[in-house]
This record gives sequence, C-alpha cells and structure tokens, in this order.
Amino acid sequence: MSVILAVVIGALTTCSVFLLLQRSIIEILMGLSLLSHTANLVIFTSAGLVLKQPPIIAAGETLPVTPHADPLPQALILTAIVISFGVTAFTLAVAWRANFMTGSINVDETDEDAS
Amino acid sequence: MNVLLVLPIVIPLLTAASMLLIRTRRLQRRLSIAGAGALFLAALALLSHVLTHGTVATSIGSWPAPFGIILVADTFAGLMVVITGLKALAVSIYAVVALDEDAERAGYHPVYQTLLMGISGAFLTGDFFNLFVWFEVMLLSSFVLISLGNTRQQVSGAVKYVTINLVSSAILLIGLGILYGKLGTLNMADVAVRLAAEQRAIPRGLESVLAMLFIVSFGIKAGVFPLNFWLPASYHTPSFPVSAIFAGLLTKVGVYALIRSFTLVFVQDIETTHSLLLAIAVATMVTGVLGAASKMEIRRILSFHIISQIGYMVLGLALFTPFALAAAVFYVVHHIIVKTNLFLIAGFIHRLQGSNELHQLGGLYRSKPLLAALFLIPALSLAGVPPLSGFFAKLALIQAGLQVEAWLAVAVALAVGLLTLFSMLKIWNEAFWKDTPEAVTVASLTRTESMYWLLPIGCLALLTIAVGIFSGPLFEIALRAGQELMQPDTYLQAVREAR
Repeated sequence: MSVILAVVIGALTTCSVFLLLQRSIIEILMGLSLLSHTANLVIFTSAGLVLKQPPIIAAGETLPVTPHADPLPQALILTAIVISFGVTAFTLAVAWRANFMTGSINVDETDEDAS
Repeated sequence: MNVLLVLPIVIPLLTAASMLLIRTRRLQRRLSIAGAGALFLAALALLSHVLTHGTVATSIGSWPAPFGIILVADTFAGLMVVITGLKALAVSIYAVVALDEDAERAGYHPVYQTLLMGISGAFLTGDFFNLFVWFEVMLLSSFVLISLGNTRQQVSGAVKYVTINLVSSAILLIGLGILYGKLGTLNMADVAVRLAAEQRAIPRGLESVLAMLFIVSFGIKAGVFPLNFWLPASYHTPSFPVSAIFAGLLTKVGVYALIRSFTLVFVQDIETTHSLLLAIAVATMVTGVLGAASKMEIRRILSFHIISQIGYMVLGLALFTPFALAAAVFYVVHHIIVKTNLFLIAGFIHRLQGSNELHQLGGLYRSKPLLAALFLIPALSLAGVPPLSGFFAKLALIQAGLQVEAWLAVAVALAVGLLTLFSMLKIWNEAFWKDTPEAVTVASLTRTESMYWLLPIGCLALLTIAVGIFSGPLFEIALRAGQELMQPDTYLQAVREAR
C-alpha cells in the first residue's frame, strides 16, 4: 500500500511543480493546493499504514484498546488542511484582484517592471 | 504555567480582537501603540526572568512534554521577543502618519497585531508542528499586509511572495511528516534527544534528507542564496510601515528557525550540514551586496542589503562555535534595529520628495539636516563603521571566523562590508548631498507630523548608538545565548520539567 502511495506522491509532486511553473495565477494556485495535498499524503503515509482499532477509550477504561491507530497524524493533517484552505481562498482573492486591475491573470502581465 | 511565556502571544491577540470591535481609526491607532508597548514590556519582563532564572518552559494545557505543546524561552528567544516588541512599538508610532486611509480602513491595524502574534509564537514555541502553525499565522497576516494597498505593483509583488512562501511551508510540512513517521514526536527537545541517542533512530541518509528539507524551507523564509529571488521582487512594493516590519523581522524568523534547528536538532553530521551552510552564507553575502550595487531605488537597495546581512548571520551559525553563535545573535539584534530604521527613513524621504528613485531626489542635507544625521547613523552602522553597533557585530563575527581559520569567509565578510559602505554612500550622495533636481519640491510638514515621522527614527538611531556604546554588556548576553545554543542541556532540562 505504501508503495502505491509513494508513487502517487511522486506523481502529485510532479504535477504541482509543473503547474507552479505556469504563467497563469489560477494554474499556480492549483499547483499550490496540489502541493499541500502532497504534503498531507506524506504525513499520512510516513506515519504508518496499518489496520488497527480506533484510538477511543471505552467507558470505564483508562487506556484505549491496543493496538490502536495513531491519531496525531490525522490531527496534523487536519490542521494543515484548514490552513491550506484559508490560504487558497486568499490566493483566489489576489488572482481576482489582479484580473480586476490588469485584465489578466498572467503573472508576467501583472508585472510592471520586469527589470 | 508561566504567564510570562504566554503574554507575548496573548497581548497581540487580545489587541487584534478588541480592534475588531472598535472600528474608528483614531482609537485603533492608539490601541495599536498601546498593544505594541504592552508587548514590549511583557517581553522585557520575560527576558529579565530568563536572565535571572535561566531557560524557562511552560506546557500549554498542562500536557507534559513531549505530548503537549511547550513554550520555551532561552536567552536567544527572549532577546528576539524583546526586539520584536521594540520594533512593533516604533513601527506602530510611525504608522500613524505613514499609512494611508484606505489601508487603515481595510484593517491594517488588527492584521498588524496578528502578524506580531505569529512572530512571537514562532520565537517561543518548542514544537516543530507548532512552529509551522505560527509560521502560517505570520504568513497569512503578511499576505494581507503586502497586498493591502491594492496597486498593480503590490498585487504583482504579493503573488510572488505568497507563492514562494507557500512552497516553503509545504516543504517544511513534508519534512515534519517524515520526521514524525520516524520518531513519533515533533517536540524539538525530544527530537534532539532521540537523534543524539547512541542507536540511530533515523538512518544517516534520511537524516541528511531531512536536514536539506529544513535548510530549503527555512532558507526560503530567511532569504539565503540561491532561494532569495523573491525578496527584492516584493519588499519594495508594500506601504512603508509594512515593508519596515517585513525587512526587520520576517526574514529573521527564518534565520531564527535555521539557528534553532541546526544547533539543537541536526548536529550529528556537522561536516556536511555546516560546511554547506558556510558556502550558502558566503554566496548570500556576495550576491546580496552586488545586487544592491546595481539598483537605484532606495528600498530595492535596502532589500538587497537584507540578503547580504542574512549571509553574516548564517555565517555565525555555520562557524558553529559559542563565540560565533553569540556574534550571530548580536548581529541579528543590531540588524533588526538598523534595517527597520533605514526603511522608516526611506518612507520619510518618499513623503518629503514623493519618490524613492535616487535620480529624482536630492538636497535633503540642506533642507533636512536632522534627517541627514539620522540617516547617517544607521547607514554607517550597517556598513560597520566604528563605534556604531554594526562595527562590533562584524568584529565579533570576523574574530570568530579567524578562530576557526575560515579565511575565505573572513575575507568575503570584510569585502562585503566595504561594498555596503559604497551603497550607503550612493544613497547619501544622491538623496542628501547633490542639489535638489529641478521640478522636485520638498513637502512642508506641520510640526506634529514631523514629530511622528522623526520620533521612531530618532529613537532607533539613539538605540543604534547605545548598542555601540554598551556593546560590552550586550555581548555578554549574546555570549550567554551562544553558549546555551551550543550546549542545549539547560534547554532540554527546562522542557523536561515544564509544567
């Protein structure tokens, strides 16, 4: 399973780098959000993919049933998703603004001084 | 629970929250100054506590390390928070006159406070994932600030700035994922202990990969060669208070993260990592200063100088002796004061003559002699002219370089100092010394307005002189910070005992 995910991670990184090198702000934005998904997948994969019990402590117990899955990577990923959601919204707003002011979402055309 | 550690984060948060309730600009300005002042005082209290009691740590929510998030302050972190508070205060006074109405309406003041919160959090946290979160708090605020003016140039600068910083965050996140997968912890002290253990927790190759991921991620944020192209492309675009706070603090958070992780965590393979850092430092110094020599706009020149100065700080880390790290710490403190001040002066020049292009300026020495004197102090200090603060910072670094016989780095550091002087004299000759070009008028300001412009500039200039005069006692503190960084036992112990 982790081999498949490793291949997926590689493919996603390739796509996101390709998109990041484009001229249109929208494509750059897609590249950025793909890249953040890739990072989340890395956390998910490297923390270990195994079938275990959910880390829930039953009533009356003090410890969860072992073996249980590690909840922390999921918390990390959740945090990262929320952050990347906010950032994506902001970047979209900037792209809209650029389009509004320059009539273009091409990075080169919004650039006044190429020097 | 030590309240002193939490205050530098909570004060800006509360200030920002209360500003959302109070929408009048007048009150927001006062709150901004009051909040920054309170941050400065809280930071001073924290630093004095650290200086008397040693490194302090506290666990948030009473979860002991390594499970909970730990806030730690050693001398270095304490110093950085103090200097953040100081800068915040200077820039918030300056913003009263330097900011246009639209920016204030759009919410400059609350976002400025959340930026301060992110910066303080990044300095104080003892957990890598928490560091990532503070970076994001800081970056999101800075994204808003950099695009606030809504001119075409600013949007263009913002796109570059946002993109490269998000790439850097993603790289950090990938590094953190691998680190967690291998060690099962992201607490900095815990990671350090496990990596230093006899039995290798991570294979050597993977550890180098992780070190490189961290160098690239923090290197982008710090603006080191060859990851610095975004900095001069975006720092001259925002309004002057914003570029002053960016220039002084944001790259330094990257430098702080580099110093922290390469003194505490990645110290198993010093020959590789720190020789790489040495090469990066030398290349950063040279490319930055050469870039500055080719520019004719004040803020662009200053932006390139940020890069070359970052090189000096990384040099201190790369030499990796207590003395060199102390020199780097001293350099960071000196640089933040001086560089902010130069950007503030650039803003004042823009107000007076309506431009920052050197060929459109002139005659300021005759019309504003006080400003000319106030410019010379930070400019000469940046170049390292005695007896100002920059001289002692450079002297210490060069001495540290001689101790470990890094001849090339020392030679480059000296040459870059001379070229810095050249750039500063270029600004002096063009803006201050030569006659005012025709068709350029000097704006006349009311007395109160002049005072608001000159008060922060004057105070920071006085501080530059004071750092030069009291460099002895200050360097003692820096030396203590350097020793703590090299021997992290007290840091580890404080985290272990954090309640």
